[in-house]
Amino acid sequence: MLAYLDNAATTPMRPEAVEAMLPYLTERFGNPSGSHALSREAKKAVEEARDVVAAALGAAPGEVVFTGSGTESDNLAVIGAYGARPGAVVCSAVEHHAVLHATEAVGGRRAPVRPDGAVDLDALAAMLDPSVSAVAVMLANNEVGTIQPLADVVALVRARAPQAVVVTDAVQAFPWVDVATAAAGADLVAVSAHKFGGPKGVGALVVRQGVKLAPIIHGGGQERDRRSGTYNVAGIVAMAAAMQATVAGRDATVARVGAQRDRLADGLLAQIDGALETGDRATKVAGNCHLTFEGVEAEALLVLLDGAGVCASAGSACTSGAIEPSHVLEAMGVPRDRGLGALRLSLGPSTTDDEVDVALEAVPEAIARLRAA
Amino acid sequence: MSGGVDSSVAAALLLEQGHDVVGVTLKLWENPGDGGCCSAAEIEDARRVAQQLGIDHWVFGFTEDFETQVVAPYAEAHAAGLTPNPCIECNRHIKFGRLLRRARQLGFDAVATGHHARIRGGRLRRGADRAKDQSYVLYVLGREELEGCLFPVGELTKAEVRAKARSLGLRTAGKPDSQDVCFVTTSGGREALLASRIPLHAGRVVDAAGALVGRVGAVELVTVGQRRGLGLAGGGPPQFALAVDAAARTVTVGPLPNLLTDRVELAGITWAGEPTAGPVEAQTSAHGAPAPARVEGATVRFDRPHRRVAPGQSVVLYRGDEVLGGGLAK
Repeated sequence: MLAYLDNAATTPMRPEAVEAMLPYLTERFGNPSGSHALSREAKKAVEEARDVVAAALGAAPGEVVFTGSGTESDNLAVIGAYGARPGAVVCSAVEHHAVLHATEAVGGRRAPVRPDGAVDLDALAAMLDPSVSAVAVMLANNEVGTIQPLADVVALVRARAPQAVVVTDAVQAFPWVDVATAAAGADLVAVSAHKFGGPKGVGALVVRQGVKLAPIIHGGGQERDRRSGTYNVAGIVAMAAAMQATVAGRDATVARVGAQRDRLADGLLAQIDGALETGDRATKVAGNCHLTFEGVEAEALLVLLDGAGVCASAGSACTSGAIEPSHVLEAMGVPRDRGLGALRLSLGPSTTDDEVDVALEAVPEAIARLRAA
Repeated sequence: MSGGVDSSVAAALLLEQGHDVVGVTLKLWENPGDGGCCSAAEIEDARRVAQQLGIDHWVFGFTEDFETQVVAPYAEAHAAGLTPNPCIECNRHIKFGRLLRRARQLGFDAVATGHHARIRGGRLRRGADRAKDQSYVLYVLGREELEGCLFPVGELTKAEVRAKARSLGLRTAGKPDSQDVCFVTTSGGREALLASRIPLHAGRVVDAAGALVGRVGAVELVTVGQRRGLGLAGGGPPQFALAVDAAARTVTVGPLPNLLTDRVELAGITWAGEPTAGPVEAQTSAHGAPAPARVEGATVRFDRPHRRVAPGQSVVLYRGDEVLGGGLAK
């Protein structure tokens, strides 16, 4: 039996999303950018999806831009905002690499975070002035789950850098947080379908009315010149279906999965010596269980867990597949050795109690084996 | 699995022999380019071969240990005027050190590589293809390490290895062998790497009498035995670097007879088994011909005059095909 505890990496597709997209992979194959009936049918599907996505994100339909991924949404937000109005860009030190590297690419800087992973508002305030054109703070962190005080960030930006746009990567937050409310003050909000039961290869970016972006992909001018390229109709339709299902079940999911996560985290902390929980459980998303273990190498731990049928992750896997020391843990002040013994177990709506049981047995066993060797 | 043809075929052979095999690629270095060791391209090649063979594939990042135990000592050795061989230190500390320990920790019995070498009766021997023999860089493996090693392609010639790779349809069948030290890129070369880590000092080239006969841009890049790049005037018998004094920024040169010596003293000797004395064949470079010699203690006395071994280079002692041990030339 596979215990899939890597939902922060990706999630299984919701059946309703699969069902919704199939016709658009088969008989309804029209390109929405055409004029005949087949195209109009596809275009209608995209626009209906847009309405759903807009409602789920607390935006007007015209404020929704469909993209190919969360990474693309982040890039369009940061680089697009900078391109339209160059200036200083600030992002938190715990952003996803998409935001970090996009910020770097436009010469931006990082704002430090506190040990619990939340952005240091005082430090951020000191970095804000009228020369700042964009501030990016994610709504929830992918590694340790910390939910950021986004409303406070927005207030600071409006006060000290009134011309700046606020970008928020809501990719990890959407399954757990009412993004429509929590990100209401942000100018640009990024999401990614495969994190909430939709397919890989499609995402969205909310671009509030009046916010100017320079497009990063040029072409036929789709999405009102904000993002060219033929629509991934099937993906968009599936994303909308997944979003709808996610929102409908979110409160119940948060309660149920939160309890599973608590059982898992508490169980592991009790069984394993030298185990610490990362960040503050009270301010992280319901599905995130992040621990560090003394005297254990995460790379080796993941090999053993894989053998035991437990899917998990650690640090941030770079494209090579090796585990790199996590910039998130480093920014939180977690000592380097400790950070190399990190484990992220991320639960999701489809996680069963059996899977939690498997992990409660497999993780302590693997650690004991590594420590004994 | 480096992504090269030898390790690819090694994995295939182990599978044929009935072993439970997992492919591991080591990420040791941040390679900014899209080619060369540890680059994403190389790792992908290795991964693809693992997929083709149907085995699991892992990437282990040992970049910190590689830096402290291989690259930094390499730079320090050059700063001291020595000529290090980092591949030997990598084998000692990383491939058959760190990796072997992790393999055992994960419950594996052995680490196999694509090295051309053989193990018989717990002793290291040259590979079947003499021209490709890599036992020289493996002499640092002791009994405990050898017990946990397998060298499947050591029984094959290079041609047989490539043929095997082609017959398996492996992506890496036609890949050329890597040549230089893995962390030295072709674009910058050794000089660029060292220049970024140690100060390079211009040096005086002097003859036996101490008279100035040439100049070098970086004394730290000069190797005992080298003939070119010493800034010497032409004409006369060839002059060779006899000694490098990094502290004094001086290279002493002389004609070939002055380069020849009857012995070399070794430091950090490792023995495959019991310390040996008596007749041996001493190999003083990765692909050099071994020279008949006698070893006593830490002194290797060549039967015939032999070019001076650059301090820091390894001298490996053989009896026939079998590696007895070796050490670093002083």
